[in-house]
Amino acid sequence: MPRTLFDKIWDAHVVRSIEGGQDVLYIDRHLIHEVTSPQAFDELAARDLGLFRPSQIIATADHNVPTLNQHLPIEEPLSRSQVDKLTENCQKYGIELYGLGHQRQGIVHVIGPELGLTQPGLTMVCGDSHTSTHGAFGAVAFGIGTSQVAQVMASQCLLLSRPKRMRISVEGELRPGVTAKDIILYIISQLGTGGATGHFVEYAGSAIRALSMEGRMTICNMSIEMGARGGLIAPDATTFAYVQGRPFAPQGEAWDAALGYWQTLYTEEGATFDTEYTYQAADIAPMITYGTNPGMGIPITGHVPSEVPTTEAESFDKSLKYMGLQRGESLLGKQIDYVFIGSCTNSRIEDLRTVAAYVQGKRKAGHVEAIIVPGSKQVEQQAIAEGIDKVLAAAGFELREPGCSACLAMNEDKIPAGKYCVATSNRNFEGRQGPGSRTLLASPLVAAITAVQGRIVDITEYLN
Amino acid sequence: MERFQTLHSPAVPLPLENIDTDQIIPARFLKATTREGFGDNLFRDWRYNPDNSPKPEFALNNPRYSGQVLVAGKNFGCGSSREHAAWALYDYGFRVVISSYFADIFRGNALNTGLLPLQVSDETLGRLLAAIHENPALELVVDLPSQTLAVPAWGETFSFAIDPYKKECLINGYDDIDFLVNQKPAIEAFEKQRAWVW
Ligand code: SF4
Repeated sequence: MPRTLFDKIWDAHVVRSIEGGQDVLYIDRHLIHEVTSPQAFDELAARDLGLFRPSQIIATADHNVPTLNQHLPIEEPLSRSQVDKLTENCQKYGIELYGLGHQRQGIVHVIGPELGLTQPGLTMVCGDSHTSTHGAFGAVAFGIGTSQVAQVMASQCLLLSRPKRMRISVEGELRPGVTAKDIILYIISQLGTGGATGHFVEYAGSAIRALSMEGRMTICNMSIEMGARGGLIAPDATTFAYVQGRPFAPQGEAWDAALGYWQTLYTEEGATFDTEYTYQAADIAPMITYGTNPGMGIPITGHVPSEVPTTEAESFDKSLKYMGLQRGESLLGKQIDYVFIGSCTNSRIEDLRTVAAYVQGKRKAGHVEAIIVPGSKQVEQQAIAEGIDKVLAAAGFELREPGCSACLAMNEDKIPAGKYCVATSNRNFEGRQGPGSRTLLASPLVAAITAVQGRIVDITEYLN
Repeated sequence: MERFQTLHSPAVPLPLENIDTDQIIPARFLKATTREGFGDNLFRDWRYNPDNSPKPEFALNNPRYSGQVLVAGKNFGCGSSREHAAWALYDYGFRVVISSYFADIFRGNALNTGLLPLQVSDETLGRLLAAIHENPALELVVDLPSQTLAVPAWGETFSFAIDPYKKECLINGYDDIDFLVNQKPAIEAFEKQRAWVW
């Protein structure tokens, strides 16, 4: 029977199936960070269990770290203790740590691909829902809870039932000013936050294949925002070229063997999906969200819906009240207070290049605070090497040090209550960027143009 | 993990859809390195004003409502994978969450925490929310062995689905670690035949 890409990888990792339909699934790589790992280490210690394959675990400190003065000890005591705990656990169990001060530290989903740890055909997990990012390489990658972090530490396996399969195809060419972020915001606005629950999504079609690895990561990253277990894209020449030569990429004969295997990873003609959707790239406009979940997105020139089904009315109006918006309103002309460019969705070098290319020779609006947080030390170094730091500084953008930052506001980087922030991150939930913060999700290009204009505009009129 | 068999309890209604784990437990409270104490900050920003005074209109602060069952709108637990959300609900005292749809990761996390995610139809959910609003003392009976939710006042019983393995775990208080650690010989054999270790 013709198989899907997802099934090929899943099947290859089933150690055994048990009655009732669950599989013992082998996990090749396990990424950990400071927030969701401490209780897992404790769990193992309490049961007197060791780590089964510590060499398959990679750690970084990202969620809680400051983005200023990273060379100094962390001031906030709870954040410091969490980061210290991670360091301690990694030393105790012999886990490789890309912690603060390491020249390759960064957001876990940015450094995995950068290091070449993320490869086609692998199974990868992390106690973080955006692990789906790694699916851009044709890996089966998904987020897990802390109990499962402990399970993988103890056995390198998880007990899982096989998700359903969904394919989302995007065909044709994107219009000017439309980017990978707009594609995924558009898809989520169509399917809703629960639209892919229970499914693993394969993204396909000519518009997806035309994307760079950075763009593909942006797409797969936000799979979870429509409830999917994960998302993936068949590896191709773009993928192989990105992986080749990275520190953990196979080399020499191993590379040839790997490549031979990776080339077998695609969905066969005639394979069936539980659900399929096809969209036309030409129908997608630059997007922005207006509400408090990522499914509440509209074209930037569109209007907040005026009609919603009665069952959703209470949640919908609560959301608009929080955002200070009205049904039927247009966002054009709305004044913005903050612009945040960062997070595992859009903090890679390509994103910074997009922003720099736009703001070169321009200035941000006086009332806007514009913060750029690179996804990793590598991205930061690259930005400096390319002179992007200078372009950004001249335009009044502040380039910080790497971490999750205002994506989830666990560190000092918070948006004050009631203020509007156009953010390139992935979640606009109430309070996500700090209590009372109002987040509008958009692409790096939309964010850059908004920072310069100081308000929401039809960006297609402002393209360079 | 604590065993779960049968529960008789009134319920707390939260008729909102797409309740995400950032609302259940905001990120700024995730700095603890142990599992305990998250209940105090459950639904923190819906439950308390910035000056820490309780918001009287929120269900958890409403003296009419009590019980170990939370009844919430569709697509409960979406967003972040933080298991802390399940811990916070459990720590607060909930043992069952009823909704018409659960986000995948939350469902798994709840089951691993000993909190039962109980899925009912949209219609049943709507009726439950309305009935609890009318009569906050409405008793619900959740019986895991028979996979049923009974509403004695209505004389009605609804069955719910749960993975048979997960059901056994919850009834007996076992978890996946015990099971997986016992699989080591098979796992080691599997590792030897893997083709893709580059
Ligand atoms: S950047 Fe945001 S979404 Fe990504 S891992 Fe960090 S907190 Fe999570």
